[in-house]
Amino acid sequence: MISKFQIAYKNLLRKKTRTLLTLVGIVLSSWVLVSLLGFNRGYESALNRDIDNMGYQIMVMAKGCPYEAATMMLQGGAGLRYIEASTVDGIVNRAEVEAATPILMQAFFDPNKGDGGGIAGYFGVDLATFPAMKPFLKFKKGGWPQGEKAAEAAEAVMGYEAAELEQREVGDLILVPEKNVELKVVGILERTGTQDDGTIFVPLKTLQRISGLDKITTIGIKVKKDANIEKLEAALYQLPDMQVVSFSQVKQTIMKLIATARVMVLSIAVIALLIAMVGVVNTILMSVLERKHEIGILKTMGAMPGDIFRLVWTETLILCTTGGVAGIGLAFLFARLSDVLVRRVLPYAPGGELVAIDLRLALLTLLIIVAVGLLSGIYPAWKAGRVRPLDSIRSEA
Amino acid sequence: MTVATDIALEARGLTRIYGRGSEEVRALDGVSMLIRKGEFVSFMGPSGSGKTTLVNLLGCLENPTSGELDLAGRNIFGGGNQLGERSLTRIRREVFGYIFQNFYLIPTLTVRENVALPLAFYRKPGLNGEVEKLLVQLGMEHRMNHLPGQISGGEMQRVAIARALVNRPEILLADEPTGNLDTTRTGEIGEILQDLNRNAGLTIVMVTHNPELGRLSGRHIEMRDGKAYEN
Repeated sequence: MISKFQIAYKNLLRKKTRTLLTLVGIVLSSWVLVSLLGFNRGYESALNRDIDNMGYQIMVMAKGCPYEAATMMLQGGAGLRYIEASTVDGIVNRAEVEAATPILMQAFFDPNKGDGGGIAGYFGVDLATFPAMKPFLKFKKGGWPQGEKAAEAAEAVMGYEAAELEQREVGDLILVPEKNVELKVVGILERTGTQDDGTIFVPLKTLQRISGLDKITTIGIKVKKDANIEKLEAALYQLPDMQVVSFSQVKQTIMKLIATARVMVLSIAVIALLIAMVGVVNTILMSVLERKHEIGILKTMGAMPGDIFRLVWTETLILCTTGGVAGIGLAFLFARLSDVLVRRVLPYAPGGELVAIDLRLALLTLLIIVAVGLLSGIYPAWKAGRVRPLDSIRSEA
Repeated sequence: MTVATDIALEARGLTRIYGRGSEEVRALDGVSMLIRKGEFVSFMGPSGSGKTTLVNLLGCLENPTSGELDLAGRNIFGGGNQLGERSLTRIRREVFGYIFQNFYLIPTLTVRENVALPLAFYRKPGLNGEVEKLLVQLGMEHRMNHLPGQISGGEMQRVAIARALVNRPEILLADEPTGNLDTTRTGEIGEILQDLNRNAGLTIVMVTHNPELGRLSGRHIEMRDGKAYEN
């Protein structure tokens, strides 16, 4: 007719405001906890995805040359150093190397871009090797330049965001700023969530011609599976006036940079969890003390100490499960918002989803919340189980 | 030990001493009595005379300091043995129903749920539809889905009586059952108790200050200074 669960549930409805405030505490702490656990997982996989999407594991460039396209753009193209295109031949023949592709990065000032002008980034790529290194690049429309003279064609492939920003479609012309050269758009890429989205790809020889250079800035190297990367890096370091950037090193550096931020946010999550649990203890304990007479009467009716313990524990379970589920639900709903907030505080954030919450993580968080909640409920439940019926009747008299 | 099936309760030299600092208070002083099944016994006396202490011991709510108690021929307290909370609870739920001056209904549960409350912890075999049956018997069927805050004091005590009877106890213990009620409601509750005793054969042990209510019982025991006196 009435179960212990119903009794526990209805007990929580007595002081609705107090129960609601406790629930809010649990909701917030589970929201923060699942988001931060999601971030801890999501960041690393987003970084791995970014690195995988580079298509190569090692980059070689002239000493002192900034290797990040973003850095290059911020600096307005200044500081770029060049290497001979023939350097690729010496590298591609090494046993550890599966493929190598020469790249020329160029940045031109576009006075019509944004308020007061901006930098347009161009990548000169070798059509024979670059697309093969990035087979995951999908086209929204069109494709790479085709035909016999594709390698020298005045054609361009635009990243998703570059096309959106310039409002260009396949078949449109784009003007290379400073150089007054027109290129025909032959392909627009789908969104990748990486820096490729903001890049304009041009055949290497075309960009060399436009820039009046016969050199390159970078060589991207794809290493054979199971090859000894350290040995290859050591060999590349021997090349005169070259610097070698290994993405595994880059990843380690970035992970070190954000380690402090990760520890900080995880500490905040633990503190939030502890505050919520203190709230649970307070609510349940207050409720037990207020109902001391009733608990005593339940014992005169035949409730064993264990029954009372379970009854009070069930109240904790209901609070923590409801709060946990609601908090995780909110985390799912506002995952994008969490993403934006996390990006603001990080020194470097890879593209794509930073806060990755899936069902497994949600269940793990719920388990943590419920386990910690039940732990918090032990003392109030034990205290309730020890109430003697006669004490409760006497204290009323 | 002889098992006498018509005996509900038998106390022999029940004594309860409480410590108050270094002082000892002898709340009950060697009380002996026998209550047969189907009797309606009322304990009367001034405050502090020991009547509630006696009913608490008879109802297995606590252990005596000394003395013996048999329930239906079965020895419960005796030989200085102290029963633990679990053992006392086991006896209480099988033998007794309790009603108190303050009703102790749970405010968030409906009348029906309050009556059914003991069944959530213990249910004697063969009990079906007992809640509704009792509420009809006590004239509360039209209030089944009301909350305690929506009914009168007299109705609350009826609900408390139904709750005490839901597991078909052998003995009903009532501690000042009308202490919070006006004269009219006191009369109504008195009639209900009398009816339960006469028609259902329920053994009732009641503590009261009210002489009118006391007169409804068939047997009066006067308590003074921890001792029981019966005319």
